[in-house]
Amino acid sequence: MNFFARLYYWSRKAWKAVALYLVIAGPGLVVMVADNDAGGITTYAATGAKYGYHLIWFLLLLVPVAYYVQEMTVRLGAVTKRGHAEAIFDGFGAFWGWFSLLDLLIVDWLTLVTEFVGMTAALAIFGMPPWVTVIAVIALMMIIVLNGRYWTFEKLALLFCALNLVYIPGAFLVHPSMQAVLHEGLIPNFAGGFNGQLFFFLMANIGTTIAPWMLFFQQSAVVDKGMQEKDIPWGRFDTFLGSVVTVVVAIFIVIVTGTVLPGIDIDSAAQASQQLMTTNRWVGTLLAIGLFDAGLLGAICISLASSWAFGEIFGWAHSLNTKIREAPWFYATYLAMLATAGAIVLIPKAPLVLITLFVQVVAVTLLPAALVFLILLLNDEATMGDRRNTPVQNLIGGGIVVSIIVLSTLYGITVLFPGYFQ
Amino acid sequence: MNKVHALLTKIGQINARYRTPRIAMSGAVRGSLLVLRLYLIGLVLLMVYGFVRIVTRG
Repeated sequence: MNFFARLYYWSRKAWKAVALYLVIAGPGLVVMVADNDAGGITTYAATGAKYGYHLIWFLLLLVPVAYYVQEMTVRLGAVTKRGHAEAIFDGFGAFWGWFSLLDLLIVDWLTLVTEFVGMTAALAIFGMPPWVTVIAVIALMMIIVLNGRYWTFEKLALLFCALNLVYIPGAFLVHPSMQAVLHEGLIPNFAGGFNGQLFFFLMANIGTTIAPWMLFFQQSAVVDKGMQEKDIPWGRFDTFLGSVVTVVVAIFIVIVTGTVLPGIDIDSAAQASQQLMTTNRWVGTLLAIGLFDAGLLGAICISLASSWAFGEIFGWAHSLNTKIREAPWFYATYLAMLATAGAIVLIPKAPLVLITLFVQVVAVTLLPAALVFLILLLNDEATMGDRRNTPVQNLIGGGIVVSIIVLSTLYGITVLFPGYFQ
Repeated sequence: MNKVHALLTKIGQINARYRTPRIAMSGAVRGSLLVLRLYLIGLVLLMVYGFVRIVTRG
């Protein structure tokens, strides 16, 4: 009897913890899964096809990287109650503020183009013309945010996050050799040696896991959600869970293309879906559905990151808890971002796949500047108090910044001198 | 025209509001940040060059 009483007590306690998490869950999980966007799916699919399972260990390294970077935005948002753009303007002045805002605007807009590239390509597989996809997607995304509640947006976004998991059954359907996955994937190695292509793929994989817009999105979402300092532990857990989910999904995509399309140069996830359909119709279809879902979730979050940032700086009402007549500029910015990015996809013969991979690399190249500001803000004792960075956190943050700069530089060298590492 | 003027006025107000950074930075830190920014912009331009080269090569 005593055993059953204890079991009941612990199950009640566990359920309460899960219920509490489901209330708090959101910004961390959404931002991380949203980063497995259309460009991300394309990058992972191309990585698996190009390098097989050989770069899985590198993806695993990105779990702590993503966690440490995004966890800082949780603390900053919960303590200051300010979005990231406002925090930079306030902390470093207007000059650096405009610089950061311009960075964000350019990278966000370019990334948004890649989301539309992915979504139109995914639905084209099912016979949908691109212009219909663009109009339908913009209409759907406006409906999602116009309901006037942050909570509703977040729960819908979590539903899209769950759809992102379709790649896991997809990987089991192609029957990968677990021995090969473990043996080739978990032992650090650089298949094919050091060259420009490897640096490009490593950077693109980092760029799909951490990006400047994520810093702005998560901090603003933490503020819009109304998270307090006491919620930071849950925010951390949410962010950690999101980091694990995003990398697990990435690994399963790599396993799918690494198993079915090894050694093939994949230009896009849509192309990978079409090729997979010839060998396994279900897996190809799952990849296409996942690609559309990833593009949709990424597009919503990226547009919101920009709208929040501009709202914070220009002093417009900028909350999803406001109606359109209360925050017209917030929603106008959101719509303008979507409409202009969607229009690019409709330009005939635009090199859309190349743009997709290129944008990931540009995003990661600009990331160190944003990270340096983030680390400096987290070291401001006057604002952060006990929540400021510890020396270990600074060391990890600094290490990430230096690693990205070194990798970007190596890639830059291969652009200038293509034969340098051969 | 009025809207452009209003936007410029707003930007002026933002510049005035955030004229003084709250976090004090030494000249060396400011200089390092500027060098880092310019370096990263240089790398991005290099990538744009690489991108254009690939596109024009077909």
